[in-house]
Amino acid sequence: MSYSDRARGLYLNQLNGLKESGIFKQERFIHSNQSAEIEVEYPPGSSVKKVINICSNNYLGLSSHPEVVKAAHAGLDYRGFGMSSVRFICGTQDIHHELEARVTEFLGTEDTILFPSCMDANAGVFEAILTSDDVMISDRLVHASIIDGMRLCSAEHDTFKHSNMEHLEEKLEQYANKRLRMVITDGVFSMDGDTARLDEMARLCEKHDALLFVDDSHATGFIGKTGRGTHEKYGVMGQVDVITTTFGKALGGASGGCVSGRRELVEMCRQRARPYLFSNTISPVIVSGTLRAFELLTQTTERRDKLEKNTIYWRKGLSEAGLIIKEGDTPIVPVMLFNAKLSQDFSRDLYDLGIYAIGFFFPVVPQGQARIRTQVSAAHEIHHLNQALEAFTAIGKKYNILGKTKQEIIEMYGM
Amino acid sequence: MDDIKEVVLEYVKAEYAEDEDEVTYDTPLISGGLVDSFSMVSLKRFLETKYKISIPDDKATPEAFDSVNKIVQLVKEFQK
Repeated sequence: MSYSDRARGLYLNQLNGLKESGIFKQERFIHSNQSAEIEVEYPPGSSVKKVINICSNNYLGLSSHPEVVKAAHAGLDYRGFGMSSVRFICGTQDIHHELEARVTEFLGTEDTILFPSCMDANAGVFEAILTSDDVMISDRLVHASIIDGMRLCSAEHDTFKHSNMEHLEEKLEQYANKRLRMVITDGVFSMDGDTARLDEMARLCEKHDALLFVDDSHATGFIGKTGRGTHEKYGVMGQVDVITTTFGKALGGASGGCVSGRRELVEMCRQRARPYLFSNTISPVIVSGTLRAFELLTQTTERRDKLEKNTIYWRKGLSEAGLIIKEGDTPIVPVMLFNAKLSQDFSRDLYDLGIYAIGFFFPVVPQGQARIRTQVSAAHEIHHLNQALEAFTAIGKKYNILGKTKQEIIEMYGM
Repeated sequence: MDDIKEVVLEYVKAEYAEDEDEVTYDTPLISGGLVDSFSMVSLKRFLETKYKISIPDDKATPEAFDSVNKIVQLVKEFQK
């Protein structure tokens, strides 16, 4: 037997280490559709409890939308379950091409290529379009999938301080001798909910003849006046060279992602991106549901507008209750608690009061910046938000942090 | 040799710290979350260029880069 007691012992030690340091992750089983209200079994084996979900990426409430579900059923009926092939052998249907065209039109780019996920898009894109003669200059807070993708690429890499345009320009000057320089950022940063200053970044890229890359996974569908994304918000549509995004959040939330941007760069991905070349693409069911999600978004901005109203209401409510939130205007609203244990206790107490939101702490966020990350959805009605605000206020009161400054909370609970 | 300490501290402050961050010779840089392991690469590159040394990847560990004092120790080891 190759899996010896020694091998088992090694893994058990590692897993116990994770448990002891409090970073062991455990899933919560949901017995319902994804929505504003969900039925959760947690801890495993306990009875199912109905709670308000305020931590999903279901920004537009499309995950269980009847029209999306209906379209997915139709996709299953007319195009089958799977392709049993990668794209370039016999794994491309007309609807894959249709979805690529739809994304291109929606984002205002030149072309698009689908990937099994945005994680795969980010894993494949850099290696496909950059070489060891180039440099990737990324914001320090970009998503882990971008970091993994950069690690797979032979181009040199460097980072600039989060959203610090002076530091970015220094780096652009430092690497002036490179064949290509690519500036890399998230559109909306997933932990803080702030947005990249794309107008300034586009200006700097123009000035220094650099390419601009944006991962807009937490923006596509709802950021900007018509939900096109962060590039629409900052008035730079057509000026971002590469956009990667996901269908696994606002756009129905199933799975799948893409690279969208300059025609030649997308074509390079079709020729060279390994997750595209060596794995099946999105199944027909998901393509069909996602196409319907795009149709719904293009017909009206109603859902995006409702999300914006809900976000304003939620941010105002938390601030007025005396909690510290990260300033911004996106539906990602971190409630700052600073201390890791406090964030875990706060989350557990919220759950007891019927509110589902998770505490994040180091190493997911920097040391001393523990928080509850809340995410607003268009699926929320005002009564959901009011009930959540009541719970946040009651627990804030319990821990005596309402109206307190960061310093005061740290003095009470430590970093 | 003390000037290495000053140079590294100044570089770390300018390159990684925000205005509100207090950085001393013993501040934990990586385990404290000030410098992430991905950004550490530019620090290694800076040291190699500035001091004309080559730090092998197996020596450029997060532990060896975890404070200004430890970094100075590492630089001295490869200056020999």
